[in-house]
Amino acid sequence: MSAHSHAHDDHHGDGGAGHGTFNSYMIGFILSVILTAIPFWLVMDGVLDSKIATALWIMGLGVVQIIVHMVYFLHMNTKSEGGWNMLALIFTLVIVAIAIAGSMWVMYHLNTNMMPDMDHDMIKSFG
Amino acid sequence: MFSNPDLLHFIFGRLSLDSLPFHEPILVVTFAAVVLGGIAVLGGITYFRLWGYLWNEWITSIDHKKIGIMYIILALVMLLRGFSDALMMRAQQAMAFGGSEGFLPPDHYDQIFTAHGVIMIFFVAMPLVTGLMNFVVPLQIGARDVAFPFLNNFSFWMTTSGAVLIMVSLFVGEFAKTGWLAYPPLSDIVYSPGVGVDYYIWALQIAGVGTLLSGVNLVVTIVKMRAPGMSMMKMPVFTWTALCTNVLIVAAFPVLTAVLVLLGLDRYADTNFFTNDLGGNAMMYINLIWIWGHPEVYILILPAFGVFSEVVSTFSRKRLFGYSSMVYATVVITILSYIVWLHHFFTMGSGASVNAFFGIATMIISIPTGAKIFNWMFTMYKGRISFDVPMLWTIGFMLTFVIGGMTGVMLAVPPADFVLHNSLFLIAHFHNVIIGGVVFGMFAGIVYWFPKAFGFKLDPFWGKMSFWLWLVGFYFAFMPLYVLGLMGITRRMSQFDDPSLQIWFVIAAFGALLIAGGIGSFILSIVVAVIKRDKLRDETGDPWGDGRTLEWSTSSPPPAYNFAFTPVVHDLDAWADMKKRGYVRPTEGFLDIHMPKNTGAGFILAALSLVLGFALVWHIWWLVIASFIALVVGAIAHTFNYDRDYHIPASEVVETEDERTALLAKQQA
Repeated sequence: MSAHSHAHDDHHGDGGAGHGTFNSYMIGFILSVILTAIPFWLVMDGVLDSKIATALWIMGLGVVQIIVHMVYFLHMNTKSEGGWNMLALIFTLVIVAIAIAGSMWVMYHLNTNMMPDMDHDMIKSFG
Repeated sequence: MFSNPDLLHFIFGRLSLDSLPFHEPILVVTFAAVVLGGIAVLGGITYFRLWGYLWNEWITSIDHKKIGIMYIILALVMLLRGFSDALMMRAQQAMAFGGSEGFLPPDHYDQIFTAHGVIMIFFVAMPLVTGLMNFVVPLQIGARDVAFPFLNNFSFWMTTSGAVLIMVSLFVGEFAKTGWLAYPPLSDIVYSPGVGVDYYIWALQIAGVGTLLSGVNLVVTIVKMRAPGMSMMKMPVFTWTALCTNVLIVAAFPVLTAVLVLLGLDRYADTNFFTNDLGGNAMMYINLIWIWGHPEVYILILPAFGVFSEVVSTFSRKRLFGYSSMVYATVVITILSYIVWLHHFFTMGSGASVNAFFGIATMIISIPTGAKIFNWMFTMYKGRISFDVPMLWTIGFMLTFVIGGMTGVMLAVPPADFVLHNSLFLIAHFHNVIIGGVVFGMFAGIVYWFPKAFGFKLDPFWGKMSFWLWLVGFYFAFMPLYVLGLMGITRRMSQFDDPSLQIWFVIAAFGALLIAGGIGSFILSIVVAVIKRDKLRDETGDPWGDGRTLEWSTSSPPPAYNFAFTPVVHDLDAWADMKKRGYVRPTEGFLDIHMPKNTGAGFILAALSLVLGFALVWHIWWLVIASFIALVVGAIAHTFNYDRDYHIPASEVVETEDERTALLAKQQA
């Protein structure tokens, strides 16, 4: 429990995340490939009519991709590192959610109140 | 050579002889003084042959104690710079009345208030906080160093590089004239075409790398390296506040980095994130920078709260009242600090529902803070209080901070904020909480832990002088600003028309002079202590007589390895518990101690970053490319340095520990 025991040792085995198996890496790999292929397909074949729906699908699949990476490649679960990984993840999600949801709420109000014309133009050019 | 402007432009970018501010007599005199002082210092170092010592013992050191001390030295040096800016502003505002333009041209004045804010927050308050945490946290948790010792050294030098870049802007070119957060569109290339904002961006980006990495480092240190038996709820309060502060750093600083990158792209690559045209929106910048900015306030104040908790219980000779409520209050503040950012721009037009939410959230955050104040008061209640200098700072804080907190709640009421926004009332409020909270806290911490770092106490007479001058000076300097703010006087003005206001500014300037005396006395308290060090020496390791946490169980100054044996913790206030149970210091059975080795890599990489930053500011593209490549190659090369650790042989440990045994025995006799 001092500086050196963490400096060079192999980190696994002291309560850290475990190694994956061949199978788990393959599952992760295949899932990532599929999750990458779908967005390409959505865009290149123009499957969905609405561009906004396409963008939302891509973002959603991106989130799933993040989870796949964390579970299969980073070997994170609710117990790794004595629960610290999970706690850090929850904290991160809370902060990110606050920052994104808060910004969208605030900016929506600011744009509506302070820049009504501009807001309209932007929606037109985006849609 | 001068006939080829293209070549000159290629070599020097935007930099030319005209960039040097010969037209500003104040700067020329300052520059001359700095050059002479610099030559004297460098000459002194050479004459006394200290280069090798500095390089081997300090610059390349990865010892958390030395890095902590260097952070604090950096902060004190930058305090002198930031405070001279403050004195100039106070003098300017006290004399620029009734047609007089004062002694600072508006152009220069704008740079001064921007530099004052940036320096005081990023290069005084942050290094003070980081420095104290660096020094104290590993000692408090019974560790031998931080989790990533090399990274620690690198973080320090990155912070220093950022500070140096700001100092360079004083004499080469100019600094931003935008206010300390560089709001666009003013900070966009159209309205600030000069190099000032670029200095701002790159100084903060370079220092930001250091801050973020040191945040990661300390979080890991606290989570992974606590002594056996020290569960989370047995951690000293200062360590708790350090943990929360570093979590805040890790979560908040990437937002600052990102928003400055976007501003940089607007300036360098003609993007339009925050411009007035082509879909840009400057309000987004203000929204994003305060998502970082508000947590930053708590990054600064939480460790100060931690210091006060340690000081109050040590000097009241009692266990801290309400430990667990203190911890929960800290954690609640950590979370709440993320949902109040909009109170910095109530007047930007987000409307009633948004303003109401953020106003109420802001008022709620004063509840856990109030709980802490009561905890400290109950700790003092029926305690045997000794009024040593750290305790004076703490009492001064409790009185002053409560006033600042109350004006903060006033500003949190959106309708009131519409009246007070951007006025001197706001200036008075945040100086009230930052000086009354952070600065008093850091001074309390420095005086409290100085004997641990150097083996002798600071001189108490000059320490008390420093406290009283700061306290009285603060009230003289900032109470008039509350009055002026209520009368509607706005901030950042370099001249005034109404002569009836002048008296308030004169009083404020007098207060600033008292604070100057406070800073001077503080420096004197160090100088006098060095001269009288034999009288003030601490040979026990527990100089205040009633230290409660683990740092007081080792010698002052602690050996390189901090603890010969890792302590085992059974109770909160581990050292008080050990003393009560009749702990006997082990005097034999010492083993080799495995320690990380010094390296110059951090210094070199940070120096390259400084060159990169300077080249980016001046658009010297060949140097940008060269220094960037050198930086990447240097970082990769460092990863191949496997010679990173060594063992302190048991014989050396025995020698050090025997010396201490003899010293302690002499005390007993």
